[in-house]
Amino acid sequence: METKAFQKIYTKITQITKATCSLNAEGVGYEELASVNGRLAQVVKIQGKSVTLQVFAGTEGIPSNAEVTFYGRPPSLKVSDDLAGRFFNSFGMPIDGGPEVEGEEREIGGPSVNPVRRKQPSELIATGIAGIDLNNTLVTGQKIPFFADPDQPFNQVMAMVALRAKADKIILGGMGLTNDDYLYFKNVFDNAGALDRIISFVNTTEDPPVERLLVPDMALTAAEYFAVDKNENVLVLLTDMTLFADALSIVSNRMDQIPSKDSMPGSLYSDLAKIYEKAVQFPEGGSITIIAVTTLSGGDITHAIPDNTGYITEGQLFLRRDTEIGKVVIDPFRSLSRLKQLVIGTKTREDHPQVMNTAVRLYADAANARTKLENGFDLTDYDERTLNFAREYSEKLLAIDVNIDTDTMMDTGWELFATHFKPEEVGIREEFVEKYWPK
Amino acid sequence: MKEEKLTKGKVAGVIANLVMVDVDGPVSQNEICYIKLEDVKLMAEVIKVLDKSAYIQVFESTRGLRIGTEVEFSKSMLEVTLGPGILSRNYDGLQHDLDKMDGVFLKRGDYTSALDSEKKWSFKPLAKEGDSVTAGDWLGEVNENEQPHKIMVPFKLEGKFKVKSVVDKGEYTINDTIAVLLDSKEKEVAITMVQKWPVKVPIKNFKNKPRPFKLLETGVRTMDTLNPIVEGGTGFIPGPFGSGKTVLQHAISKQAEADIVIVAACGERANEVVEIFAEFPEIDDPRTGRKLMERTTIIANTSNMPVAAREASVYTAMTLAEYYRSMGLRVLLLADSTSRWAQALREMSNRMEELPGPDAFPMDLPAIISNFYSRAGFVYLNNGKTGSITFIGTVSPAGGNLKEPVTESTKKAARCFYALSQQRADSKRYPAIDPIDSYSKYIEYPELQEYLKENVGEDWVDNVMMVKNIQIRGKEASEQINILGDDGVPVNYHVDFWKSEVIDFVILQQDAFDPIDQSCPIHRQKYMLEKVLEVYKTEFEFGSFEEVNPYFKRIINEFKQMNYSEFESEGFKRHEKELHTIIDEKKTA
Repeated sequence: METKAFQKIYTKITQITKATCSLNAEGVGYEELASVNGRLAQVVKIQGKSVTLQVFAGTEGIPSNAEVTFYGRPPSLKVSDDLAGRFFNSFGMPIDGGPEVEGEEREIGGPSVNPVRRKQPSELIATGIAGIDLNNTLVTGQKIPFFADPDQPFNQVMAMVALRAKADKIILGGMGLTNDDYLYFKNVFDNAGALDRIISFVNTTEDPPVERLLVPDMALTAAEYFAVDKNENVLVLLTDMTLFADALSIVSNRMDQIPSKDSMPGSLYSDLAKIYEKAVQFPEGGSITIIAVTTLSGGDITHAIPDNTGYITEGQLFLRRDTEIGKVVIDPFRSLSRLKQLVIGTKTREDHPQVMNTAVRLYADAANARTKLENGFDLTDYDERTLNFAREYSEKLLAIDVNIDTDTMMDTGWELFATHFKPEEVGIREEFVEKYWPK
Repeated sequence: MKEEKLTKGKVAGVIANLVMVDVDGPVSQNEICYIKLEDVKLMAEVIKVLDKSAYIQVFESTRGLRIGTEVEFSKSMLEVTLGPGILSRNYDGLQHDLDKMDGVFLKRGDYTSALDSEKKWSFKPLAKEGDSVTAGDWLGEVNENEQPHKIMVPFKLEGKFKVKSVVDKGEYTINDTIAVLLDSKEKEVAITMVQKWPVKVPIKNFKNKPRPFKLLETGVRTMDTLNPIVEGGTGFIPGPFGSGKTVLQHAISKQAEADIVIVAACGERANEVVEIFAEFPEIDDPRTGRKLMERTTIIANTSNMPVAAREASVYTAMTLAEYYRSMGLRVLLLADSTSRWAQALREMSNRMEELPGPDAFPMDLPAIISNFYSRAGFVYLNNGKTGSITFIGTVSPAGGNLKEPVTESTKKAARCFYALSQQRADSKRYPAIDPIDSYSKYIEYPELQEYLKENVGEDWVDNVMMVKNIQIRGKEASEQINILGDDGVPVNYHVDFWKSEVIDFVILQQDAFDPIDQSCPIHRQKYMLEKVLEVYKTEFEFGSFEEVNPYFKRIINEFKQMNYSEFESEGFKRHEKELHTIIDEKKTA
């Protein structure tokens, strides 16, 4: 980033910590960018003459006489159609060897949408995966994370969903991505011939962790350009938000803030909400949908990061390895799409809600039967049938390798009911049973 | 009192939305001030004073704020504007009208007025010349969306006044003088339809606040039947995410027997507020024949809006509720979620480097919460009329753990506890209110028991108590079965368990998305409860435990079809008849 002429250069740093440095300066604005010996930094605290800067790349090797200049503006991104197909770092600088993007300069982390100017999301996103489309239908303008253990194939599933979702633009915000995963995404999008509608902001594990705090805002500023200015449907992929939150806790710790639950900053909820709430359906047709990844440690969703995320996002998708069928499935119990009510049974076939709920209820009965079995008790005939149902349900509908349209999913559901149960055992509204129960 | 000049100050420090200001005169705690940043004014509130330095929390983003920026103090606390035209508005947490703001994005410092000053209201006088009045007394009335909106003597006026004149029936704007009062020194006070009131101070112009005793019907069976809330009562709904807090609150707001509904969307998802914006104007209000939105006000401070305004938003909502209660109306106030409000307090306390209490929340959190809940209630106004605020807040406990500070503090303040259980939500048993953990203190009130006996049924309260017992016994039976195995227990354990399951499926569970089942009036609830108890009291005979499960599944199925049918319709009766046939099959002769 170029510097302006006649800039005042400060050379007297008064305090250096691992992530911040302080100096006496005047006329500095809050959240303004600065450069410390060429490293980017941002104003995080002003107290009288003393200004505290958060140095993104860390303060290793910064001398107390480092040259500090202020940019007079907060972090920004130049937006234009030329962003498409490009790869950038956390600061919005190209990392693909291409030229810098010219365009209108916009502050990142801008204001939120007036709630009365939003439109209620109502467009279904079809992915072909029944664990999503049937049980946890996604809608444009939604924000939803995958809750997954680090060993699960969340990046693969996310890439698959992104490519099938028919979005106008896909924006990847990679935080702490391993170089292998970064190349994986690049490869998959390239092979699908989709590279020209992908924009990536990537912070890999090789980059300093604090830098990744800028990634979501960069990605969402680009998303807002395409969704507001161009009325496009934009899908934003954020992986991995747990690493983003970890960076937040590093900074708050270095600034001597009192930590709340799980050593996370007390403002974690607001910090995450500011990002996720950028998901929106605009009345003019444009939309921003956010699919994120929150990795869990040992499946613990009560940890502050997944817990706060769950309260902000509109549901969550759980991946689980089903040992019965040896495949990864979308867990129907713990997964939820809150916005599905807006489309199921209206944008999809009328029997959708009842088929979905009944199947999950029967699957729960099967789980109870399995507990009985494990405790060494005899199974009733009904128990046996639920177990058989559950195995087929997992195989034909829950597995992530399923790729069918929604009507077929419901027909499959009815077939499974008819194979294993009698109509009075499923408790579905009579008119639907008459219409759809396989004769 | 001589006119004092307004205090001014200059910004001396910035940490996120906490700003330190050097002041040149007196400032008071909670005083509102404005930071003049370039061409916009940012609203802020004083939260601490230290010598010549005022600590203020800014209700906006502080990006770009510089040392030396001018600040102007207003001399007043955070106030709301009260007058006709509040209903059907969408406000932000500081009562700025969201619909009047330009553009898609919120701009800082874009403060729009709460009321419409052009609109003419048709005014009807209620007081006459010579009447002796005090603050809160009714001077006249305008028709606000079919609600009788009373124009009152401003709450801020102290002492007794005499009415000198009231204007005749006619069309007036909110700023026209509609009455002139004389104080004890014969000084004239002109009254308009608008007044202001600080949100953190309760409006207390009522005669007394008795224990509430009237059932507030919500149409939600598991609440009305098992753990009823009353007009003027308080309740809270804690639950982990995904357990259906918001769906339940929306159902209550749509169906409850209230004149005015105020929804404070406090730090929650914007799309949920959009759902209210989209749905409420479409929902027919059976009680007025108009749309539900016309008697609703929404305070929207979603999770991405500034944190400090989130704290203010619940107070704004409560003050509006108190204003309407003073008119003798029944107000239902919902806040989703009070945990976000508590978190806003925590963020601020943290920035001020106060010593933290449990989970880094401020030490006075329990006091703040109980103070707030105590503003609800059923009151007799000075003129003998009644009004009420029923308050239901949701709590989002961290990690679903009900032992965290916000839940614990709220439990001490609220009288109804609707615990949403993850287990019920996982097995899609909605609403996921746990029948055993939840309670309503009101059902123990003799006043309410009397009311229920008179208005619902002589043995209603006894039946409700019986249902609670059946649930507990069913749970015990199910635990025994799980420990000893299906064939390790007598058959009647299975029967006990399934009888409690019938109650669970028929009474406790309710489909919030089914057009008929979503709202169940109390007389229908009574009919179904008695029908279910009929099954409970019947002695059945089974050859083995294996017959029990399928048999009761059939009973439940018929009951569910009844719930899905129009009450006493052809289909309803057909399923009822079928139900009796099934019962007779296994009935002990």
